[in-house]
Amino acid sequence: MSEGNNSDTQWQLWEVFTQEKSGAPHEHAGSVRAADKEMALLNARDVYSRRKEAVNIWVVLAENIVASTPEDVGPFFDPANDKIYRNPNFYKTPEGIKQI
Amino acid sequence: MEETVKLEQDFEAKIKKGITIEPKDWMPDRYRKQLIRMMSQHAHSEIVGMLPEGNWITRAPSLSRKVSLIAKVQDEAGHGLYIYSGTETLGIDRKEMVAQLHSGKAKYSSIFNYPTLTWADIGAIGWLVDGAAIVNQTALAKCSYGPYARAMLRICKEENFHHKQGYQILAIMMQGTKEQKEMAQDSVNRFWWPSLMMFGPSDKNSPNSEELLRWKVKLYSNDELRQRFIDRTVPQAEAIGIKLPDEKLKQNPETKHYEHGEINWEEFKAVVSGNGPCNKQRMKARIDADAKGKWVREAAEAYARKNRN
Repeated sequence: MSEGNNSDTQWQLWEVFTQEKSGAPHEHAGSVRAADKEMALLNARDVYSRRKEAVNIWVVLAENIVASTPEDVGPFFDPANDKIYRNPNFYKTPEGIKQI
Repeated sequence: MEETVKLEQDFEAKIKKGITIEPKDWMPDRYRKQLIRMMSQHAHSEIVGMLPEGNWITRAPSLSRKVSLIAKVQDEAGHGLYIYSGTETLGIDRKEMVAQLHSGKAKYSSIFNYPTLTWADIGAIGWLVDGAAIVNQTALAKCSYGPYARAMLRICKEENFHHKQGYQILAIMMQGTKEQKEMAQDSVNRFWWPSLMMFGPSDKNSPNSEELLRWKVKLYSNDELRQRFIDRTVPQAEAIGIKLPDEKLKQNPETKHYEHGEINWEEFKAVVSGNGPCNKQRMKARIDADAKGKWVREAAEAYARKNRN
């Protein structure tokens, strides 16, 4: 995509995250194309919240998202895989005690 | 070479286990190509589908009908956009997809090559065309490719209003004057068979089906989905006094499925290959819209560039 004066570009790609209601986390909803951040926010509003699906919207240039890759599944997440002692069920205590 | 075989085997195993494939996962070239084809054509269908219904916005019989129709057509734009977004994750961009549509390289659903001749057609489209889409899209919501499945979930939630709005239009007309009843019946006469054709050729004549089923891009065969649609729609027609234009429609007492007459596949082939009533009109509308919007895209770009510097 050229940046020249006569280019007919299709605008930048933005990823959209919407917050369904107060207190909820933002979730990935999809993407929009927009020339700048104001347009991205408006487009995201029009495309992803016609039925009150969002009380708040984030838009992020797709190129700014840093993500782990599928190949990372093994080594990158390895520290979690053999630490079952992070789970309360690992710890045996007398039965019938409440709130423990 | 050996590595590719292992990757392919792992891929097939993932599909078999019901694991969702995401954009950055390895996938066979053919899987990617098939999905790009299916998804981009689906997106094109949503956008082109705005045209036959958009045709009646200025002539809707009441303000209430007008706002409903505008909301529906706006939804179709949104649906197209969800699916374009999803398709872009496969490594093709929107500009290229739109170019394929305009050149005729990419197809769109044949149903949108039929004209909307009366207001009742808006009812028939909502009830039959969106009804058929719901059957198709509900199945696709479980497909193996994440972005497509998620787009389908979003679309399914919105499609139900389209379906009901259309059915209500016809239900009310069937309680009206003689002219209104005739108009409603005429509309269904013209849209019934093309709606059945939306599910595509019979599976024995559908070359892509086997691979798509194995890769869980399709979950059911064309014929299965078509039958599902017929079975649920016949009682709906009976409930409002509409006669479906098929003398051979009859419920099988054992299977409970409705047997039906032969679909005119010659008509389907003609329409799909560019010789339907409105193909040229639809393409011209899309090409013109793109050309007329060019200055807007360029102005937005120039404005954004100016503000960045």
